[in-house]
Amino acid sequence: MNLLSWLSQFFSDPDRRHGPDSIVHRVGEHLLFSGEALGWAVLLAVPLGLLLGYTGKAAGLVTALSGAARALPTLGLVTLAVLVAGVGDTAVLVPLVALAAPVLLVAACEGVRSTDPDLRDAARGIGLTHRQVLWQVCIPWALPTLLAGLRTAAVQVIATATVASYVGLGGLGSYVVGGLATRDYAQTIGGALLVVLLAVATQLLFALLIRYALPAGLRRARD
Amino acid sequence: MDGEPLVRWHWVGTHLGYLRGLLLDHAVISLLPVLFGLLIALPLGLLCVRFPRLYQPLAAVFNVIYALPALAVFVVLIPYTGLATQATVMIPLTCYSLAVLLPTTVDGLRSVPEPVRQAATALGYGPWRRLAAVELPTAVPYLVAGLRVAAVSSISLASVGALVGRGGLGYLFMDGFQRTFPTPIVAGIVLVTALALVTDAVLLLARELLAPWARRESVVGR
Repeated sequence: MNLLSWLSQFFSDPDRRHGPDSIVHRVGEHLLFSGEALGWAVLLAVPLGLLLGYTGKAAGLVTALSGAARALPTLGLVTLAVLVAGVGDTAVLVPLVALAAPVLLVAACEGVRSTDPDLRDAARGIGLTHRQVLWQVCIPWALPTLLAGLRTAAVQVIATATVASYVGLGGLGSYVVGGLATRDYAQTIGGALLVVLLAVATQLLFALLIRYALPAGLRRARD
Repeated sequence: MDGEPLVRWHWVGTHLGYLRGLLLDHAVISLLPVLFGLLIALPLGLLCVRFPRLYQPLAAVFNVIYALPALAVFVVLIPYTGLATQATVMIPLTCYSLAVLLPTTVDGLRSVPEPVRQAATALGYGPWRRLAAVELPTAVPYLVAGLRVAAVSSISLASVGALVGRGGLGYLFMDGFQRTFPTPIVAGIVLVTALALVTDAVLLLARELLAPWARRESVVGR
């Protein structure tokens, strides 16, 4: 058996077209979970990061903590969370949010903090309030960094949601993990390929977003 | 998990040798790839600086590689490298390290100011001596910044290799999960994190020794 014959076996299986084990259903589950985790991470980390970046307080601490957070092994967090909280959405969401939040926190904080000080002074000088400076100067300035952070977080969450299937979460990982358990390599490899495609598609989507959705001035500021 | 404490210290006490073995295995499968990545990134980075047209396509390729989910890559390699072998885990980790280290190597080599380069040439340094005595030392802070990211994520990712049979400390997560016994999981998380933090500290120390001038500079915004 080689890679291609495994793949054709995987994609021609009727189970992959209809029902709960179909590709469409699994991709949907995967995206739903990843999106939910990313959403929570954005809600928790971005406002805090913007605030810390603007005040400049604890910025060093943020960077140090996020470095430590990057070392946390997600497979360990997922298994532990399931043992402690039981199989369920929360048990798997918590480790994924823990993975994405530090990345976003640092991106928001560093993005705002790197605002040209002259620009901030000028904005204050023409009479803008702190709130206005943050919204009208610092956040637009931070946007490229923030989007880059969001891209990293999204790709990491999508990749790691695969691992989470080990504890019985659906999504594309159930092909990979289920296939490994039953020595069904066609399923394992097919699932792996789908995760890869999903991750690369996400990466490309963000590349386009950063390229075309940002105003020209901001794109230049990024380079 | 009724009434089961998060950590049974007795288990930790009786399994110290076992934990040490897993820690050692983990260190090998996660840190050797970083070393390999560095050994490939240095000549490749030099080529990219010498032939700038090479850099964009290479950087794009490694950007995509970096986005590949580790578990998926491990799995795809199994038919070629086998289940539960070190190569299955180490080859992807080498690629991830390379993806981080190539841009930092190029940035580092490019950070040498042109007057410095010319001064070295004027002192009679040939290209190799200039590389060893001027360009590489200048790039050290950049390299260390890249190595810190590569090493920490490699250590964290290696545990996922347990799902394909070779993950060092990652084995503790599966073991604990299958037996509904959280102690090995907690021990695994603590040891993986500790290994990452110690490695990070060693790298910082190395930078301190090799490039003492770089202490309060944040060089790479990755």
